[in-house]
Amino acid sequence: MREDWDAIVLGAGPAGAEAAMTAASFGFRVLLIDEEHAAGGQIYRAPDHEHGDKGEGRELRRRLGEADVVCAFEHRVWHITRDFEVHALGPDGPMRFRAPSLIVATGAIERHCPVPGWTLPGVIGLAAATILLKTHKVLPGRRVVVAGSGPLLPFVANEIRQLGGTVVRLVDAARRRDWVGVAPQVLYAPALAMRGAGWLARLAISGVPLRYGHGLREIAGDGKVERVTIGPLSPDWDQTEGASETVEADAVCIGYGLIPSNDVTRLLRADHEFDPDKGGWVVRTDAEGRTSVPGLYVCGDAAGVVGAAAAPLSARIAARALARDRGDSAVAGHDREAARARAALAGKTIFGRAMTKIATPRRGASNWAKDETLICRCEGVSKGAIEAAIREGCATLDDVKVATRCGMGSCGGRICAEPVGALIAVLTGAHRAEIGQATGRSPLRPVSIDQIVGDFDYSDIPFPEASPQ
Amino acid sequence: MTGERYDLAVVGGGIMGCAAAIHACGGGLNTIVIEQGAIGSGASGVNAGTLSLQIKRLKLMPYALKSHAIWREAGKAVGFRRIGGYTLAFTEREAEFLTERMALKREAGAPIRMVSLNEVADKEPGLSRSVVAASYCEEDGDANSSLMGVYYRHMLREAGVAFRERDGVMDITREKGDFVLRAKSGTIRAKRLLLAAGAWLGDLLPMLGSHLPITVRVNTVSVTEPGPPVIGSIIGHATGLLSLKQKSNGCILIGGGWQGTGRPAQGRGEVNANTLLTNLRLARHVAPGIANRRLLRSWTGYEAHVPDFYPLAGRLPGVENAFVLGCVRGGFTIGPYIGRLMGDLILGREPELPLFDPARFAPGSSNSTNQH
Ligand SMILES: Cc1cc2nc3c(=O)[nH]c(=O)nc-3n(C[C@H](O)[C@H](O)[C@H](O)COP(=O)(O)OP(=O)(O)OC[C@H]3O[C@@H](n4cnc5c(N)ncnc54)[C@H](O)[C@@H]3O)c2cc1C
Ligand SMILES: Cc1cc2nc3c(=O)[nH]c(=O)nc-3n(C[C@H](O)[C@H](O)[C@H](O)COP(=O)(O)OP(=O)(O)OC[C@H]3O[C@@H](n4cnc5c(N)ncnc54)[C@H](O)[C@@H]3O)c2cc1C
Repeated sequence: MREDWDAIVLGAGPAGAEAAMTAASFGFRVLLIDEEHAAGGQIYRAPDHEHGDKGEGRELRRRLGEADVVCAFEHRVWHITRDFEVHALGPDGPMRFRAPSLIVATGAIERHCPVPGWTLPGVIGLAAATILLKTHKVLPGRRVVVAGSGPLLPFVANEIRQLGGTVVRLVDAARRRDWVGVAPQVLYAPALAMRGAGWLARLAISGVPLRYGHGLREIAGDGKVERVTIGPLSPDWDQTEGASETVEADAVCIGYGLIPSNDVTRLLRADHEFDPDKGGWVVRTDAEGRTSVPGLYVCGDAAGVVGAAAAPLSARIAARALARDRGDSAVAGHDREAARARAALAGKTIFGRAMTKIATPRRGASNWAKDETLICRCEGVSKGAIEAAIREGCATLDDVKVATRCGMGSCGGRICAEPVGALIAVLTGAHRAEIGQATGRSPLRPVSIDQIVGDFDYSDIPFPEASPQ
Repeated sequence: MTGERYDLAVVGGGIMGCAAAIHACGGGLNTIVIEQGAIGSGASGVNAGTLSLQIKRLKLMPYALKSHAIWREAGKAVGFRRIGGYTLAFTEREAEFLTERMALKREAGAPIRMVSLNEVADKEPGLSRSVVAASYCEEDGDANSSLMGVYYRHMLREAGVAFRERDGVMDITREKGDFVLRAKSGTIRAKRLLLAAGAWLGDLLPMLGSHLPITVRVNTVSVTEPGPPVIGSIIGHATGLLSLKQKSNGCILIGGGWQGTGRPAQGRGEVNANTLLTNLRLARHVAPGIANRRLLRSWTGYEAHVPDFYPLAGRLPGVENAFVLGCVRGGFTIGPYIGRLMGDLILGREPELPLFDPARFAPGSSNSTNQH
């Protein structure tokens, strides 16, 4: 595969695939990279067998197959330099690709709010559960508690029922009236709203107990999930006195919405901002997906969580911005197509933002964990240890990371950065913007040393002049 | 704002600034440390943590020996481990170089000996069998640089040193003999001033009309995911371009001073993929046992040096009551001790070992590379 391209798109979900096709339509030589074996991203994940391929995902893959886009699937990107040299690990070993423009479409990651017992085997993320259920057709357990916030709740509960599992409880931290409150925004995407209403109706008819304005108090069991205690929450998500109940279950699917994936843009030192409407810490962009770094564009959920329906629209806008910035005459001047996409995006954004808003944890969630509850599971750091570090003067995410090793493990802080940031805010009263994010570092994902160094001879190692001894 | 007045203001909350401040305060000076980030967030908190006599320059050996003792005393609080260290050569040329260097260092007081290849293979089965020569020093070990913030914050409090974090000094002027520091939080007055701003020294000195020939380096360190034990001691390479150790949590730390990119004034630097890969290849060659580990994170830190690679430690030429401490190679090792010496100088006492007078670089001096 060639090294030099006109543009590289990272991530082949609905956003990245669309961005690649749009850029290619202007005659750019485009490389689309994803670590998965096919395009589709998180929502339109390609099934393992071709005959299972249907719906929007298949349509996306068909169009991509016809477009003039070169795809590097099964390539995990582990490092990107400031001048967009992209280092990936693929089936043929370490690769480098270069381009003057880079579109980042790496999607979103799941948000967790630790409760006692959340690290027990049998507890999985709500978004992770969608993969298990949709792609692998596997149930997380027989008797499942589905808990958290946001639109994935009824979706996951339904999928579990369809595969023959029992949903013991559906526990939504948002209250019914919070949902009623977003009704006007929801109507901007009537089809999606109908789908959601359908899931809820089916759950209600089949007698799944729905608990609005509730959260998990504790997940307990001997080495695995056995019991789950559920109790009421205040509008701020503080645990309130009211009656709690304990149910038997062998699995818990739990998640609190999505946050934009920003490891790539942090690594490239683009400006970021804390914007709860977009899901939290997100790269700062203009209306067309340009970041503060020239030549770097972002689209899809990575530019702010608004969902799959908006992804291709923001992608077309970003790819057109790229073409225009590169002096392409076909898009120069008044870009009607982009204006149309922006108008369409606006509606989808209103819907997506409403979903993000209803999923976003409120202050009280920081008090759910007990002192001994682990917040950073990779490094085994408890809430008590993090609180102690904050009391000792740690005021930023980097401070806490250095003092406690929280976020230094293999997940790269993907799981704990959010709850720790929220905890610092609650304890110190500081704004999340001051608390900051951890400095972006490579590798973006863990990679085997043997694989990235490739074959080499000792005699070829270039030793510079050693400094005086 | 009127501002508070101190006997001593220290700019920079790394090892150098903290160690000097604590000692000066212990000697009776009302002292404040002003740090633009967090205590220990510069080189002191991101370095590879190697405490190695084998990589110390001859002249610095007495300082390193004294400092090892201080780190040992700090013990668990800094994750100190005295686990010994091997330095390896893989070609005849490297072997010759290693043997010659280590003999000199031994003369300078470090308990270093050349060891048989069998011993290396026996003690460190995770290492390559293509070693040609090896030296060993039982005094070598490491500490945990990421604990520096927690450790020094605690030590500063204990000693009664005032400190401010996230408070960069933007400007320094003189008023009636005092230094007036304009920081983010307001002004601070002090009778004496110590500049211990690490790689940022070059940005600070001009505030006092001073210029010293400071060069910034951007060192790279990497860590793997945890795993079973493969390396038991500190592993170095004859060129000094590798440091390898397995921490008690099973992670392997890989350093060696390979250069990344960036400038201190522009925030955190970045790794350079080419030098990083070279660093990893060298590590992989030296220790095949780490080959299947996954790389978790690579990062960079800034350090500074002057043309003779010796410390800047003494009075700031031409500015009365101003001192400078920085550009110490292997400063993690030597910091706690040279910081004390600096404290003594500021207190007007004769330091136990000589310092490294910055005046050697002042215009008009012979600009010699000899220490004073
Ligand atoms: C786990 C998960 C499950 C979800 N399930 C649903 C659902 O069931 N229903 C729903 O409506 N929404 C779901 N969502 C949200 C939905 O996926 C997004 O709204 C939508 O897919 C956004 O599209 P995108 O193109 O921006 O990102 P994505 O579809 O997430 O695509 C990003 C792509 O980037 C690739 N990538 C990222 N980093 C790298 C790297 N370093 N190297 C190589 N490749 C990389 C990923 O493999 C991925 O294919 C889910 C989200 C997540 C995180
Ligand atoms: C990556 C790396 C690996 C290393 N590995 C080793 C090793 O293994 N063994 C070893 O012995 N040595 C090692 N070193 C060297 C050692 O880390 C340094 O010599 C030592 O930490 C320097 O301490 P310092 O206090 O001078 O500098 P720093 O720790 O950098 O402290 C200077 C402080 O000044 C602050 N500052 C700067 N400007 C201002 C301002 N205007 N206002 C307020 N504050 C300011 C900075 O924020 C910083 O915290 C390594 C260095 C690096 C970078």
